Amino acid sequence: MPRITAYEPAGAGPVRRLRSPFTIRQWSVRHARFLERLYTFFADILLGLHPLWRALGYGRVERPVKSVEQVVKGFLFDCRMCGQCVLSDTGMSCPMNCPKGLRNGPCGGVRANGNCEVEPDMPCVWVEAWSGSRQMAGGDHIQNVQPPLRQSLRGTSSWLRATAERAAREEAARAGGADAP
Amino acid sequence: MSRIVPYDPSAPLPRKPGHTSRGRLERVLRRGEFAVTAELNPPDSADPEDVYERAAVFEGWVDGINATDGSGANCHMSSMGICALLSRIGFATVMQISCRDHNRIAIQGNVLGGAAMGVANFLCLTGDGVQAGDQPDAKPVFDLDSISLLNTLRTMRDESRFLSGRKITTPPQIFIGGAINPFAPPYDYRPLRLAKKIAAGAQFVQSQYCYDIPMLERYMDRVRDLGLHRQCYILIGVGPLASARAARWIRSNVPGVHIPDPIIERLEGATDQKREGKRICIDLIQQIREIEGIAGVHMMAYRQEELVAEIVHDSGILKGRQPWHRGMDTDPETALEEVLEEVQST
Repeated sequence: MPRITAYEPAGAGPVRRLRSPFTIRQWSVRHARFLERLYTFFADILLGLHPLWRALGYGRVERPVKSVEQVVKGFLFDCRMCGQCVLSDTGMSCPMNCPKGLRNGPCGGVRANGNCEVEPDMPCVWVEAWSGSRQMAGGDHIQNVQPPLRQSLRGTSSWLRATAERAAREEAARAGGADAP
Repeated sequence: MSRIVPYDPSAPLPRKPGHTSRGRLERVLRRGEFAVTAELNPPDSADPEDVYERAAVFEGWVDGINATDGSGANCHMSSMGICALLSRIGFATVMQISCRDHNRIAIQGNVLGGAAMGVANFLCLTGDGVQAGDQPDAKPVFDLDSISLLNTLRTMRDESRFLSGRKITTPPQIFIGGAINPFAPPYDYRPLRLAKKIAAGAQFVQSQYCYDIPMLERYMDRVRDLGLHRQCYILIGVGPLASARAARWIRSNVPGVHIPDPIIERLEGATDQKREGKRICIDLIQQIREIEGIAGVHMMAYRQEELVAEIVHDSGILKGRQPWHRGMDTDPETALEEVLEEVQST
């Protein structure tokens, strides 16, 4: 029988551990309130630029915007570019860093010290998410039931998608408002 | 209306108003009885007799048998296979689905298949990481998580459609369950997580092993404050510890199991540790039963399954009620209902 090496992090050897410390990711969670405000501000700017994105074509700006997004969110949150960002619902702790990719809360395997079941030296991203969400104005969004990830959107810009969707919603609301007497 | 055909134990029960499944477990819980479910240790074989033997020790003592789905990320006979064998002879089964090994296409197909075979209860789990088991090099799937899985099953049942929106001609009639672990951080989020599972479709939940009553009480206080015990049946996981050494091993090797020191000390102090383990289990069950809002216990007597009947008997939780067993020529409750219906119609 093979020796069962319970809970040694697979695919996360000491080298990868050294390369990706959790310091910055944890800083982001501690400053979740600030980042929430920053994002709201930034999202409004992106929305304001919607006519520009539309004129250029969302498809054409996808690549440059995606590159910026990848660098910024990669630095702050260890973003994995799932393309369907839920950071504002998860206390600014990226759920895609969970080895099980859980998007709806912690599994039952969290260690007593708050570390991950699969990677014993990593703080559970959902323990972090819960503490981050407690600081945020929209912290109760952690209770939103997230739909399964759409694998086809992986690697795309969620900033642009969120902007396009918000613009469409506002246009629809305006159209609806105009129809009303 | 009297039955024309002889009683067929594998046939689903008549549907009752307000019930979502045609199984026995939902009936027991909705009647307000203290329910008992047990986990079957799946065999590493292709012999159906192995399954029947392992189920026989539970017969007449439990209201549902959980068929695990690669628990601990180890290979065993599939939950689908075990449920097929057991439901065929009339056992009420709880088919566990773990998100680790199947994507959404496989899972939705399995739910239809399971329900068609007579499985009335499904338990939606995230599943242990592949690193925990005997095949750490397997590809972890985790296409869904426990909560989106609950939501998927509810969509299939209540809206007669797959996640894609495509129509299901006959939806599965199922009782949907989830898992809880009040004994893992973040402790103050755990009751809210139950609320989220209920919002996603959980009708019953089974918990991780409970060895810490004060911690469970704190959890249940919050659950009652939120009114969750009225929206969902809560079954608490219990199991006998074979020895202090086994308890220590479980504590440090099985994710999410919290065993406080006093329990281990009590085991160490005993001359017959196995017997003491059983005694502790009975004590825990009796304390759990007293907590308001708890609907039953879930027995996980891994490799000590033969103790389940004794523990259930000695703890007195069934209060004289006898769960289904083979040889009951009819389902007692169904028979009673038929008599009542006849009385009412005359």
